[in-house]
Parts: sequence; C-alpha cells; structure tokens
Amino acid sequence: MSSILSKVKLPYLLLLPGFLFLFTFFILPIVNLAQTSTQTPIANGDTGQYEQTFRFANYIDAFIENREQFARSFIFAICATLLALAIAYPLAYAIAFKSGRFKNILLVLIIAPFFTSFLLRTVAWKQILGEEGFVVPPLRTLGIISESTTLTSTSFAVVIGMTYNFLPFMTLPLYASLERIDPRTMEASGDLYANGLTTFRRVTLPLSMPGVVAGTLLTFIPAAGDYVNAAILGNPNSKMLGNVIESRYFRIVDYPTAAALSFTLMAAILILVTLYIRKAGTEELV
Amino acid sequence: MTKVKDATIPTIPLQARLSRWFGRNLIRIYAVFGFTYLFIPVAYTFAFSFNDSGKSNLIWKGFTLDNWQNPCGAPEICTALGNSIKIGLLATIFSTILGTMIAFAIGRYAFKGRSTSNLLIFLPMATPEIVLGASLLSLFLVFQINPGFWPTVIAHVVFCVSFVVVTVKARIASLDPRLEQAAMDLYANEFQTFRRVTLPLVAPGIAAAALLAFSLSFDDFIITNFNSGTLTTFPKFVYVSAARGIPAQANVIGSAMFFLALAIVITGQLISKKTKVSK
Repeated sequence: MSSILSKVKLPYLLLLPGFLFLFTFFILPIVNLAQTSTQTPIANGDTGQYEQTFRFANYIDAFIENREQFARSFIFAICATLLALAIAYPLAYAIAFKSGRFKNILLVLIIAPFFTSFLLRTVAWKQILGEEGFVVPPLRTLGIISESTTLTSTSFAVVIGMTYNFLPFMTLPLYASLERIDPRTMEASGDLYANGLTTFRRVTLPLSMPGVVAGTLLTFIPAAGDYVNAAILGNPNSKMLGNVIESRYFRIVDYPTAAALSFTLMAAILILVTLYIRKAGTEELV
Repeated sequence: MTKVKDATIPTIPLQARLSRWFGRNLIRIYAVFGFTYLFIPVAYTFAFSFNDSGKSNLIWKGFTLDNWQNPCGAPEICTALGNSIKIGLLATIFSTILGTMIAFAIGRYAFKGRSTSNLLIFLPMATPEIVLGASLLSLFLVFQINPGFWPTVIAHVVFCVSFVVVTVKARIASLDPRLEQAAMDLYANEFQTFRRVTLPLVAPGIAAAALLAFSLSFDDFIITNFNSGTLTTFPKFVYVSAARGIPAQANVIGSAMFFLALAIVITGQLISKKTKVSK
C-alpha cells in the first residue's frame, strides 16, 4: 500500500524543487512585471519611485511612442528567420543525406562557433564589414558600391548579424527532423516517376515540417527580443524594441514603460507563435 | 561532316558532364559556402588574437605571440573570465540537477498535470531574454536584493533548466524499455535498476545537457546585463569594451574557449564510440 502511494507521489516529488524554483524566479517575476507596468511616478518622489495606480493607458502610450521600433523588431526578426531558413535548410540537408562518414564532425562544426563568444563574433562582423575590413575597400575599387555606401551601421548589417547569430538554432532542429526521414520514402517517390523537385516538394519537405517549425521558432523568438546586434551593427534609425526596453531600464529608470513594452513584446510573440503553430500544424502542407 | 563531328563530340559531353557534376554536387557546394559563412568571424577572431595591436584591435599591425603569452594583460579581463566560469559552473550544476529530475518525472510517468508541466517548461524558452532579465530584476528590486553574483546565477538557472529538461527528456524517450524490464526480471529492485541500468543509459544525455547549460550561461549577455549590477562577466567585458576597441586578449580567450570546447566534444564522442565497441 505504501509503495503504491509513493509511486503516485514520486513524479510530483521529482517536479517539486524545479517547479518551486521556476515559480519563484519565473512566474512571480512575470506577475510582478505585470504589476509594474500599470504604475505611475509618485508625485514629488525621486526618479525611479513609482506607485500602483492601475494606469492601463501606459500600454497605449508606450506602444504609440515606440511603434516604429516595435514594427522594426518584427520585420527584422522575420527577415532574419527567413534568411536563416534559406541558409540552414540546404546545410542541414547536406549533413543529413550527403555527408557520409563526416556527419558527426559537421554537426560539431555547426555548434562550434557558439563557443567563441557571440559578442566577439558580432564585433568581428562589424570589423569585417567596416571601413577598414577586407570587404568594403575591394568592393569600392571594383565600383560595386559607391564611396558613400557603408555596410555597417545599417539595418542590413543588423539583419545579417541576427541571421548569423541564430543560424545554429535553425540548423539543428532541421537536421534532427531530416535525419529521421526514412530514405526509402524518397526512393519510393523516385520509383513512382517523381523527379527530384517533386520528391522534395511532396515528400521531403512535408516530412521535415516539424524541424522547420521548431527552427523558425527558436530563431524568431530570440531575434525579436534581441538588442545586441542592433546596438553593435546598427545605427540610431535601426533600433529595436529591445534597445528601447534596455535604455528605459538603465538610463531613464522608467520601469513602468519598460515593463509595458516587455509585456507587449511577449504577448505579440505568443500570439504570433500560437497562430503559426496552429497553421503549420493543421493546414494541408502539400 | 567529319569536321563538325570532331568539333562537337568532345565539347557537348564535357558541358553535360560539368553541368551534371554541378547538379549532383550543388548541395555540397552550398554547404561549403554555409560553413564558410559560419566560420568567417571565428577565423577573424583567431587571426586577430595574434595582432600586435596595442590598445584597440582594429587594424592588422603585425604578428605577435604576446597576447597568448599574457592573456590577462588587459585590465579586468581575467576577473571577468573568472566570474563567467564560476557563474557558469554553478548555473550548470543547479540547472542540471533540477532539470534532470523534471525530465524523469515528465518522461517516465503519466500523472495529472503533465501537460501543464510541459507548458511551464516551454514558457521560459518562448520568453524573450530581455523580458526574462527585466522581470527578474524587477523582482530583486522589490525585495531589495542588489543585483550581483547570486542573482545572476539564479537568472541563468531559470533559462538553462528548460534546455536541460528538453535534452534529457529526448534521451529518456529513446531508451528501450525492455532493458529495464530485463533488469527487473533478473531480480533487480527499482533502485538497483535505476542505478545500474537507467542512469548509465541516460548519462550521455545528462552530460550533453550540462555542456549545453554551461555554454548558454557562459555566453549569455542580455539576462546577465540586467541582473549582474557592477559585476563583470566575459560577455559584459566584450560589450563594454566594444565601443572603444576590444583588446586582443579577448580574442585569445574566445579562441581558447573554442578549441577547448571542440576538444571536449570530440573526446566525448570518442569515449562514447569506444564504449559502444567494447559492448
């Protein structure tokens, strides 16, 4: 009897420490952030002192004031996600089906750049694409770009940087789902007179959809909240929502606006992700 | 007539062969470009770790080994590195223990609230880092806890736990249940089965999860920036010095971490191959 009882309890006992931790340091902070987002400054108080007044208009003010950065965050994140998908899919396909005995080595190489700090790599891009790097001067001499064109401090550089940084997050799930495909399904398609393109469109791609969904999510979510690429590779006109939240917190000490913006960002991401999963999960993909 | 034959026969097959070769290897060529893109900044960082640069490492000024011989030469850099390693190790230990326990509960048992548990694990991964960082900082401020070392460790455990759960759970799901049944048939009790059969089989997954947790923690900037206060970590050091030029010693440390991690991963793979063979 006691053994049955302990069996029922065991999973809960295993969950308890982890969930207590997540409750205290994940759920509670989010609830607290929600509270902060409707506060207003205390009259005659110091900077950074706020009281709860349930001012929901904070959200509207914050959104209207920062709608450009908001739109930019999502446009940049979508561009970076699509670019990463275009680069990562053939890469994952080559590793899964064309690499032979080099498969494990190539997989390690996909993760390897992670270990050189991503900030160092982003700064490296800034220098490579910069005025004194090895890309801009030759392009200028060849007349491909004009004297006044720069590659850094542009929205283009921000998107390239984000694409680069999140590429492994896209490649790994794609590889995992491609690797699971039984090659006989593709052979069967060929036996039934489908050409390479049709086989890919009707067999390989639909079977790899779980990887596409996982990869795009793992790229899009961090990209939408990122501010490091915009800070290092961008200019004042390519600022993203992350930059605004960061400066509201640290430079302006405007916690309510930062909290309202964080919440809007999270809600927008959750809505987009839910719609996306629903669409990718139920709609006929072929 | 013969002239035309002579002229056409060698050229057409060559073109055809070339285009066929190209068609067959297109994906490989593409992959080579993909890997080049991935490694350009890594190679750049490595190359500039040998730059005789003085203070700002922007332009190539000549080859030197000084930076590698004296990696702590830049002020603060080794303090920052030490903090990152300490935080990384602590965050790895805590998140691996908590995450593995959760993974066993979710991966092994059917219980009420299992799908809610899955959701709770998914949510931190679906929350942008900046929101995680900002919300934790607000909480610490409410309880008047100053940001610093331990708040940073806690913040890192929060985002590492989910990745540990996902990694270990995948390993548990791929276990053959017959192995455990066989152990039970041979009169091992539940604890013995767990210790002698289940745990060794799941161990590579736990090791992979721990490595992942460490690299996520070591490389994290956004959440750290919110919760570390005046404490410097290696990514913070790089970010702050980026404005006025990063010292070449940072390139040394970044490159050394790269080779160290590569060595660990390759050794791990060799060990797992060896144990497979000896079985």
